[in-house]
Amino acid sequence: MKDPLIYGMMAEFDNVNDAIIAARRTYAAGYRKIDAYAPFPVEELSEAIGFHGNGVALVCLIGGLLGCTAAFTLQWWINNVSYPINIGGRPLNSWPSFIIVTFEMTILFSGLSAVFGMLTLNGLPMPYHPVFNVPRFELASKDRFFIVIFASDKNYDGIRTRQFLEGLNPISVAEVPS
Amino acid sequence: MAKPTEVEIGEQKAPVIAPGHTFASITDKIASIVLRRPITNGWLFGFAICFLILQWFLLAVCWLFYKGVGVWGVNIPVGWGFAIVNFVWWIGIGHAGTLISAILLLLRQSWRNSINRFAEAMTLFAVACAGMFPLLHLGRPWLFYWLFPYPNTMTYWPQFRSPLVWDVFAVSTYLTISLVFWFIGLIPDLASLRDQTTNKAIKFVYGLLAMGWRNSVRHWHRYETAYLLLAGLATPLVLSVHTVVSFDFSIGIVPGWHTTIFPPYFVAGAIYSGFAMVLVLAIPIRRFYDIKDFITDRHLENAAMVMLATGWIVAYGYAIEAFVNWYGGDPYENFLRWNRLHGPYAFWYYALLLTNIVVPQVLWVRRIRTSPLWLFLVSLDVLVGMWLERFIIVVVSLTRDFVPSSFGQYYPTWNDWSILVGTLGFFAACMFLFLRLLPAVSISELKTLIPQAEVTVKHEEEVHS
Repeated sequence: MKDPLIYGMMAEFDNVNDAIIAARRTYAAGYRKIDAYAPFPVEELSEAIGFHGNGVALVCLIGGLLGCTAAFTLQWWINNVSYPINIGGRPLNSWPSFIIVTFEMTILFSGLSAVFGMLTLNGLPMPYHPVFNVPRFELASKDRFFIVIFASDKNYDGIRTRQFLEGLNPISVAEVPS
Repeated sequence: MAKPTEVEIGEQKAPVIAPGHTFASITDKIASIVLRRPITNGWLFGFAICFLILQWFLLAVCWLFYKGVGVWGVNIPVGWGFAIVNFVWWIGIGHAGTLISAILLLLRQSWRNSINRFAEAMTLFAVACAGMFPLLHLGRPWLFYWLFPYPNTMTYWPQFRSPLVWDVFAVSTYLTISLVFWFIGLIPDLASLRDQTTNKAIKFVYGLLAMGWRNSVRHWHRYETAYLLLAGLATPLVLSVHTVVSFDFSIGIVPGWHTTIFPPYFVAGAIYSGFAMVLVLAIPIRRFYDIKDFITDRHLENAAMVMLATGWIVAYGYAIEAFVNWYGGDPYENFLRWNRLHGPYAFWYYALLLTNIVVPQVLWVRRIRTSPLWLFLVSLDVLVGMWLERFIIVVVSLTRDFVPSSFGQYYPTWNDWSILVGTLGFFAACMFLFLRLLPAVSISELKTLIPQAEVTVKHEEEVHS
């Protein structure tokens, strides 16, 4: 039944509210391997396809803690172990002077973790993706909203899925070749 | 992302975005500046001049590297001179970009959506200019990597108790975070350009840079989290950067430097000069690229009000500095106060008060706040004023410190001036290229501001019932 040459079925909408309603109906109809596309961030749309939390904040936190620990440990080790200099009996572990570099490294590591974590979780860079095979999909970055039901979904059926999407009041429905 | 703004707030204020725009018209208008607008003579002329200045800068730098820092006017007692003045000035200018992109995002000031992109680019190029000065000042700039802690055969390490090492970490972190913040902001717009162009080669380049961004809402969801986190991180970062820059001075014991007002007053001054630079760039950009729909009078007025507010913080800083000099009773600090008002650089101190405090008061007048020409002139005045402020701080204190036998004068040379003007050329040349090659206004963020972006559907339960 599954056609290896078909990646999914794509429906196009010209306004955000239609797209949200359609996404909710798609989810309610039992489709789970779905995705939606919008020219700007729409939180309601990602919730409508059942995507709620994401791991970026956790990656950022871990990166920040790592940067913080690494920076302070490095400074402590340099001044106490590797190259201790006794100047007038001043403490070697003069931690207040180490705070600034620790702070900067915390910011640097957490910022880079947030960016690279986001890209990695999103699977980017990914220059080729089957959705780009649909010519009208170019409008996803301009003014159109798209919903795709992937062929890997257990409820996917070439004819019935097309009929279902056509019932959602889209502008167009197209098969996505893989 | 902030909620869609009311198109007009109040009767008096200009809108954040001109009425009548749709998702498509925003995309077309901004993308066409990059993709379809031919290279005009005006752009070519402006870029050519900046490029020539940049070449002059390179010559001056070559001469500096060949002869050494002796070609500058720095000498004992003034060991810092123009290099540090320019460094602090440039990095301060950069701060407004981060303020607009990060702090105003967190404060949900959605009017910033149309100016944040080029303000971030401004930050990036300004920090690049700033970063050059300490490197040029090193004397042996090819050994710059000695500033970083790495295992080496000399078995030595940087001195982590020194503000100069803190500065290395603060500025390099700032540059890196500003760069990634700017770049991830660009990714969806690069995808827009990729989809808009019909030229294969251009499509390839933008496609490569957009990394296959396909506007999936899952991607947007993570993207928004990352963007917000970066804004939250950049906010304390930008405050820390100029605080650390002020520590370069205030940790020292030189009269006029050793003061606790420096961190807040430096940060305020940075934002003051930065907004002046934002206006100096925004006013011609919106005129020549015909994007007054997106950068409206409202933006100019808001920027002018930020300048007025931060200008008063700076004025307060000057007053408290003078007061503490007197109230502290330290004879050297008292002499510094007298020296600023009556010494060899008194003319420049009065020029500073005039340009930084007196002239910007015209911004109280609404007609001036909404007049591009006036704002442009006041902004130039503030940029000069903030440069003079750093000159006064560095040079007046160093020429007259503690012992009269070590008093001196500072005379900048042609090389000092060439490098200062050269960085202006570098900065402007980068801005010209940026306007030509990348979308100067954020396409995806602007779309959230128009009424069509508003989600009006009811909650899920009501749909299914």
